Amino acid sequence: MPQPQTADSPPDKIHSEAFLRDLMRRQLTLSTGCALAFLVALLGLPLVNYLAPAIMARRVGGFTLAWLILGVLFFPYVWAISFHFIRRSLALEAREVEEARR
Amino acid sequence: MPTMSPAVLPLAQAAAGVDPWILVFSLVTVAVTVWMGFRSAKTSKTAGDFFVAGRSVSVGWNASAISGEYLSAASFMGIAGMVMAIGYDALWYPVCYACGYLFLLLFIAGPLRRFGAYTIPDFAEGRYDSPLFRKIAVCFVLFIGFFYTMPQMKGAGTTLAYIFPGLPYWVGVAVVGAVITLNVALGGMKGITLVQAMQYWMKMFAISVPVFVLAAVFGGYGKNLSVNAATPAEKAALVQNVEHPRLELPAKAPADEAWISPFGPLTTKAAKAAKLSPEEARPLSLLYTYSLIIALVCGTAGLPHILVRFYTNPDGVAAKRTTMWVMILIGVFYVFPPVIGVLGRNFMPELYNGVGAKGTDKIVLELPTLIRANYGVLGSVLSGIACAGAFAAFMSTFSGLLVSMTGAVAHDVYGRMLRPDSTPEQRMKMFKFAAIGIGAVSVGLGCCVEPLEINFMVGQAFAIAAASYFPLLFMSVWWRGMTMKGAATGMLTGGILALVAAALTNASNLALDKGPMGKLFAPFAPLNEFWAHHPLLRILCEQPAIWTVPLAIGLMIVVSKATARDVPKDIRMKMLVLHAPEALGLKNEYIQEHQAGAGH
Repeated sequence: MPQPQTADSPPDKIHSEAFLRDLMRRQLTLSTGCALAFLVALLGLPLVNYLAPAIMARRVGGFTLAWLILGVLFFPYVWAISFHFIRRSLALEAREVEEARR
Repeated sequence: MPTMSPAVLPLAQAAAGVDPWILVFSLVTVAVTVWMGFRSAKTSKTAGDFFVAGRSVSVGWNASAISGEYLSAASFMGIAGMVMAIGYDALWYPVCYACGYLFLLLFIAGPLRRFGAYTIPDFAEGRYDSPLFRKIAVCFVLFIGFFYTMPQMKGAGTTLAYIFPGLPYWVGVAVVGAVITLNVALGGMKGITLVQAMQYWMKMFAISVPVFVLAAVFGGYGKNLSVNAATPAEKAALVQNVEHPRLELPAKAPADEAWISPFGPLTTKAAKAAKLSPEEARPLSLLYTYSLIIALVCGTAGLPHILVRFYTNPDGVAAKRTTMWVMILIGVFYVFPPVIGVLGRNFMPELYNGVGAKGTDKIVLELPTLIRANYGVLGSVLSGIACAGAFAAFMSTFSGLLVSMTGAVAHDVYGRMLRPDSTPEQRMKMFKFAAIGIGAVSVGLGCCVEPLEINFMVGQAFAIAAASYFPLLFMSVWWRGMTMKGAATGMLTGGILALVAAALTNASNLALDKGPMGKLFAPFAPLNEFWAHHPLLRILCEQPAIWTVPLAIGLMIVVSKATARDVPKDIRMKMLVLHAPEALGLKNEYIQEHQAGAGH
C-alpha cells in the first residue's frame, strides 16, 4: 500500500468541515452553471416551438428553423459547454490541490 | 441430393434472393468481432481483467469504446426509421442521447470515478455501507439491461430478415443472440473494449458513407427537407426536385405539415385516439415532449453498462476527457441518421406500409440500394456496409449489456451474496454460465417485440434508468444527508413505477398487433379503450419520466430526513473521497481505514 501523499500537509485542514464544504460548493456552482446554460436551450426549444410555431417554421437553406436548431446546431453548442466545463474543472482541481498542500 | 430434409427447406428458401455483397459484408463483421473476442480471451486471465479490463484503457480507446457501446441498434437503425415514420419529434432522441452525456460529465462522472468501485452496486454498497442496498441496486442492472436488450434483438431480427428475405424474424434474433453470448462468455470485457472501439469507427463509416453518396445523387439534407411543406402557403409554392422528384406518399404516411413541424404524430397519438381537437392536443404534446426529454437526458446518466466504463479510466481527469470525446464522437454520428430518414420519406415511401421487421426500421439498410439504378453494384456494396454497421451496432451494445448484467450476476449475486468464499476460478466459471443464461432470456424477450419500434423501446429503458439510477447517483454524490433507506425507497418506487408504466404501454401496443403477438397480448386490449378516454394518463404512462423522476428524488429527500440518524458515520470522509482531487491521495487513506471491510 503506497503512503498517502498528504503526509507533508496538516491532515486536519483537508479533513476539516470548511474544506469539504468549500470544495463541494465550488464544484457544484461550476456544474450547475454549465447545466443551466444547457437546460435553458433544451427546455426552451419546445416552449419556443409551442409559442411561436410560425417563426420556427421559417426556412433556412431548406431546413425549418426548428429542424436546423435541433438536428444540427445543438451538438456544437453542447460541445462548447462541455469544453468550457472541463477546462474550468481541471483548473479548479489544480487550485484545490495547491490550497490543501499550502 | 434426392430429397431435401424439412429442416433444410426453410434455409434454402431463405437463401434465395440473398444479395451476395450484403451477405459478405455482414459475415466479415461477425467473423472479425468473434475472432477478436477469441484472441483477447487468451490475454485476459484474472477476474479483474474480466470485470473492468484491469482499469488500464487509454482515453482514445475508452472514448471510442464507450461510443461504440452506446451507439446501439436504436441509434443506427431506430432513429432513421423513427424520423421517417414521425418526423421532427423523433429528433429529440438523437439530441438527448448525445446531450445526456453532458449531465453525466457535469454531475456524476468525476466523483464516481474517484470513489473507485467496479459497478454501481459497488458504489451503492460503499456509499451506504450496506450489503442489502447492493442487492437492491443489482436488480436494476437487470431490469434496465433486459429492457435495453429487447430493441437490440429487434435490430438483429430486422437486419437478418433483410439480408435473408425468407428468414423468419425469430431465427435472426436467436442466431445473433447465440453468437454474441458465446463471444462474451469467452472474452470478457477486455476483448469487448477493443472490439467496441473498432465498432464505433465501423458504425461511423457505415452511416456516413451511404449518406454522402446518397446526398450526391439525390440532393442534400436541406434540399430534401424543403420538399416537405410546413404550411399551406409553402405547399402552394413548392418546387419539386426536377431530376429526382419525390415519390407518392402512401395513405399511412403522415402528411407533410404534421411530419416536419414540432408536436407531430408521436406526441399527438394519445390525443388523436381520444378525438381531441388540435387545440386541446397541443398542451398534451408539450407535456409529452418534456417528459421524453427528461427520460432521455437523465436516463443516459443512469445507464449501468455505460457507467461501468468510467472505472476503466486511469484517473478522474481521464474520465472527464473521455466524456468530452464521447460527446464529440456520438454527436457527429447523430447528425447522419435523420438524413437517412428524410431521404427515405422522399424516395422509399413504400416502407410506410410495412410492419414489424419490414417497416421503416430497416430504412438504413435498404435505402442505399436506390442507387443501384445509377451505379449498379455500388448500391449493393453500400447496403452491405450499412448491414455491417447494423451488426456492429446491435452486437456491441448487446455485448456491453451482457457484460454488465453478467458481471452483476457473477460478481454481486454469486460472488457477494450466495458464495462469498468462492475462489476466483469459481467466479470465472460462474461468469460464463451467467452469460449463457442471460443471453437466452434476452433472445426469448427479443422474439416478442417485433411489432414495437426499436427507438421507442430504448426510450423506455432510459425512462427506467432515469427514475432509478439517476436519482440515486445524483443525490448520493451531492447530498450528505442521504440515508440508505431514503435512497432505496426513492430508487425502488421511481424505478418500479417507470417499469410498470413501460410494460403496460408495451402490452397494450402489442395487443394491437395483427400477428401472433396480438393474440398473446389480447387480454391487454381493453387498456387501449381506457386510454382513448384518458389521453393524459396514456401520455404519463408512455413517457413516465416527468412524474417518476421528481417522485424518486422527493421520496429520497423525505425518507432521508426522517431517518437522518442513519447517515453513515464517516460521511465526511466519503464525501472527501468523492470530491477531493485525486492528487491529494485521500482514496488510499480511505482504503486503509476500511481494511476490515470486504475486499475484492
